[in-house]
Amino acid sequence: MPTMNIIQAVNDALRLEMTREPKVVVLGEDVGKFGGVFRATSGLYDEFGPERVIDTPLAEAGIIGTAIGMALYGIRPVPEIQFADFIYPAFDQIVNELAKFRYRSGGQYPCPVVIRTPYGGGIRGGHYHSQSPEAMFIHTAGLKVVVPSNPYDAKGLLLSCLRQNDPVLFMEPKRIYRASRGDVPAEDYTIPLGQAKVVREGEQVTLIAYGAMVPIAEEAAQKAAEQSISCEVIDLRTLSPFDIDTLLVSAKKTGRVVIVHEAARTCGFGAELATSIYERAIEYLEGPIQRVTGFDTPFPYSLEHEYMPNADRVLAAVRATLEW
Amino acid sequence: MVAVHVQDDLRRVLDEDGRVIKGAQVPVIPEEDLMRIFDTMLLVRTMDDRMMKIQRQGRLGFYMKSIGEEASHFAVYPLRKTDWVFPSYREQGSWFWAGYTIENYIDQLFGNLNDTTKGRQMPVHHSASWLNYVSISSPVGTQIPQAVGTGMAMSISKTDGVALTFFGEGTSSTGEFHVGMNFAGVTKAPVVFVCRNNGWAISVPMEKQTAAKTFASKAVGYGMPGVRVDGNDILAVIQAAQEAVDRARAGDGPTMIEALTYRREGHSSSDDPSVYRDPDEPVSWDKKDPLNRLRGYLKHKGLYSPEHEKERAAQYNEEITAALARADEAGLPPLESLFEDVYEDPTWPLREQREYLLAQQRTKSPHKH
Repeated sequence: MPTMNIIQAVNDALRLEMTREPKVVVLGEDVGKFGGVFRATSGLYDEFGPERVIDTPLAEAGIIGTAIGMALYGIRPVPEIQFADFIYPAFDQIVNELAKFRYRSGGQYPCPVVIRTPYGGGIRGGHYHSQSPEAMFIHTAGLKVVVPSNPYDAKGLLLSCLRQNDPVLFMEPKRIYRASRGDVPAEDYTIPLGQAKVVREGEQVTLIAYGAMVPIAEEAAQKAAEQSISCEVIDLRTLSPFDIDTLLVSAKKTGRVVIVHEAARTCGFGAELATSIYERAIEYLEGPIQRVTGFDTPFPYSLEHEYMPNADRVLAAVRATLEW
Repeated sequence: MVAVHVQDDLRRVLDEDGRVIKGAQVPVIPEEDLMRIFDTMLLVRTMDDRMMKIQRQGRLGFYMKSIGEEASHFAVYPLRKTDWVFPSYREQGSWFWAGYTIENYIDQLFGNLNDTTKGRQMPVHHSASWLNYVSISSPVGTQIPQAVGTGMAMSISKTDGVALTFFGEGTSSTGEFHVGMNFAGVTKAPVVFVCRNNGWAISVPMEKQTAAKTFASKAVGYGMPGVRVDGNDILAVIQAAQEAVDRARAGDGPTMIEALTYRREGHSSSDDPSVYRDPDEPVSWDKKDPLNRLRGYLKHKGLYSPEHEKERAAQYNEEITAALARADEAGLPPLESLFEDVYEDPTWPLREQREYLLAQQRTKSPHKH
């Protein structure tokens, strides 16, 4: 089985689906000959040509707007927004148009566009190359939000996104784009949307994370194990709709929950996860749910290492919930 | 670079009495089509009049008339059934021309059980996938890059389809206008951009939208032809649209048409132009009325009969009355439909919320319409 990083897995999924389904096209800034600034579309231009791997003018609203028009006509566009931080010029096209087309037309116009975008900090990119804007899109009716944390999931989840009929924001954790490596089957496979994965089983505390925070949560669980604390780690994989059942099974088992995300805390996705668990399992909980998150500041440059959640902070939250 | 031509001079075929201007080329339009166009314009005017009346009576929440702009709607005349239209909200005639029925139209205004969009949007936001007429959005200009995307998809799919989009002159100030025009110019997408320049964006006159001499001149910056036509001259509109559609279909790229017309009444039922506009201004446009000019043209061609017009108007009024009665009785879409079409299949939060709502006491709408 080949070993791949997340970039290669995304590339592999795109190539596989473009080969299988001629209606799939890739578009965005620098996605053509250059193969994308992170090289996720590398080689696709040579293989599939300029009509299916489209270097667009530099305008996010145009990338998403034209992708919508393509999808309405029956094409399967996969637009790339070069950094999630650059997505806001397309916010209206995503939130008011893409996500609402099916609903506002009474089901006449499905709009299956899969937007790929690298997100997250830890790459010395400052405010405009580090953001985690997932909460705004999870809050958007009509849109699905998917975040893989490893190459195997990246391929299987992306293929699932490309084969269903709703618009998806597929957020790729760029900090671990290359650092996360693993076995990825060369053949076709899918991972169902809406299903979380228990990536480490444990008894005392449930750690919930997604994307680049999954390895942080796993590292914290390892450190906790060294202190004889047993943590379960859940990788959400799909944020909208998230897998409430897997969270509840674990929370009821452990009675303690720590949620980790690098986005700002207030109205971050952790708030929704915590409330959803409280509403359904408060009687099982031994203490308040802890959140380890970014701060309610803009994403910083020089002090980004202080802004980002890390294993020690997660471990401290684990101890806090145990000692409550 | 391809040299592009901008025609800033107003193109006209008919004078204000409907006579062909000396030296003007007349587009070839079968007589029966001319009659149907006249009938459709008459339907728009009849419909607008009736709908605004019932809006004033409190039977309809909101309405937008297009009186005086009806000729510009027929930029869709050269389109085929396989072409796509990305409308704005003031092109009623194009919908009826394509086959949207009086019932379709009124049911959408009422958001009732028979509304093909399931009561999802406020009045005037139609959608007809069976006609390739795309769902209307309130934020202006969003449809422009979408039309370009459909045009690009037509090229990718190797069809000879054309996408046509309507927007007002105010919309030319938006980012999406620039983005859409630029993408179309670069990709040579088969798109026709129809700017209905009706002089007013709610209360803001066109002079405050641009410092350019004409809206058509904007096309040159995107490497496409721009054509400025008398938007109240049905023959000039159709001629310019035919050329633009032919160009697009032949693979020669997009065209922008500025159809100069005038919004004779308010932006919508919620508007009051007396607050911001000289009441004499609209009067000067009465003599340029597009329906009257077409009527004049038909008379000169010996095709007009006042009896026919009377009969048609009476027929439309009857059909509207009947459709209104049915629309009134139809009732609202079912409660469960609130949760349909958010996604292809409802997600668990939606299923949970549906169960919750179904278990609650029904809430009575505070609105009569």
